[in-house]
Amino acid sequence: MSQLKTKHLLGIKNLDREDIELIFRTASNFKEVINRPIKKVPSLRDVTIANIFFENSTRTKLSFELAEKRLSADVLNFSASGSSVKKGETLLDTINNILAMKVDMVVMRHASPGAPHFLSKHIDANIINAGDGTHEHPTQALLDTFSILERTGKVEGKKVVIVGDILHSRVALSNIFALQILGAKVMVCGPATLLPKHIKELGVEVETDIRKALEWCDVANILRIQLERQQMSYFPSLREYAQYFGVNKQLLDSLDKEITIMHPGPINRGIEITSDVADSEHSIILDQVENGVAIRMAVLYLLAGINPD
Amino acid sequence: MQKRLLFDSQLLKVTISRLCQQLIEVHEDFSQSVIIGMQPRGIFLAERIKTELENLKISNVKLGLLDTTFHRDDFRRRDELIAASQTKISFPIENQNVILVDDVLFTGRTVRAALDAINAFGRPSKVELLVLIDRLYSRHIPIQANYTGRKVNTIQSQKVLVELKEQGKKDNIWLINKEE
Repeated sequence: MSQLKTKHLLGIKNLDREDIELIFRTASNFKEVINRPIKKVPSLRDVTIANIFFENSTRTKLSFELAEKRLSADVLNFSASGSSVKKGETLLDTINNILAMKVDMVVMRHASPGAPHFLSKHIDANIINAGDGTHEHPTQALLDTFSILERTGKVEGKKVVIVGDILHSRVALSNIFALQILGAKVMVCGPATLLPKHIKELGVEVETDIRKALEWCDVANILRIQLERQQMSYFPSLREYAQYFGVNKQLLDSLDKEITIMHPGPINRGIEITSDVADSEHSIILDQVENGVAIRMAVLYLLAGINPD
Repeated sequence: MQKRLLFDSQLLKVTISRLCQQLIEVHEDFSQSVIIGMQPRGIFLAERIKTELENLKISNVKLGLLDTTFHRDDFRRRDELIAASQTKISFPIENQNVILVDDVLFTGRTVRAALDAINAFGRPSKVELLVLIDRLYSRHIPIQANYTGRKVNTIQSQKVLVELKEQGKKDNIWLINKEE
């Protein structure tokens, strides 16, 4: 199989194992491309892509933009601040106006869960979800699982713990779906206030003791504490969070095994993870960033490759 | 379905040996020359050429693999996407003589894509093309091979079927008349 079964990438939930493996194979090819002296291929030269970010982003936006440019696509950037959205224009009107300028693909981040799903029912362009509220962030989960595959050789059977703010995290949800599709075992760990009530129904293990979680896992994906999404206090102080859930060198050294450390960024150094862990040889944080470009190139290429006629 | 045998194992061996002799005439000890096999089947041929050159006492020939999928000119114009294969060129090609190797030269479009792709790795001083089979009078673009195993007159509806032992088959190359 060389084609995705879906026209949009709305979430990992819409993919199956074959799709994910196809994305990984294609991403490996693109990883070779971005390590060439000239890092660009002409595949998408007749494709125009709009990056529409209704929410702030640095890494994801840069990564998508770079992926698009490496594929020779024409890129249109739009961010909600300073746009007509502030004047009261609806989402559908905004997008239709952009599409009227002959745009073929839309990469969108939006604060409302389901915003890209809504759009996909109303417009023809391919839509890629770059994060919808606290729902899904599919390309992040793809690059995370791809990075695990690259580091450890396989995902199947691996034990992965996701640490931190599971309640507000789209990265956590997409990662859980992707890891389960690929046959990994997943645990979530964090303060009880930051664990969704019915998370067990997704088939994941739940742990509130970071030491026990790390003793169990092969890979730890440590999430950022998202202060901007929290309207109330879920824990007494950042200092206390760091003390009870922060991953530091002493904690890792006291385990008699090596754990691969991941973080989707941006890192709050000294809170969820200390510098000596983030910069250690077991950390694949920067590999995640490099793989992010390759994964996004693969997704864009595979979605664009579906014959528009 | 009618099949005509173009190459069997014995003829293939003789032809590769002859092509290597021709390569040596031009490239001598290969100190400034590299071989790039084109995916998917050109790589097997390129490996055989390297082995044969070693038999002829030309050692340390640099061999790379090139996939042209991302440089094709029919992206978004076909019904099915073509799966990409590995590219591996672990040496500089700047100022080298590059010998592109493929099994069949038909419309020339894959070679055009390869010429485009190769530029991403540097500026070769010269690029040559070696093919096992040259399908005459079928080119869409002005591309010709420098070294040819066999020239064959074909019509558009015919197909060249390449079976090599690297793919777990016997070495046989057929010209097939597709059924109406």
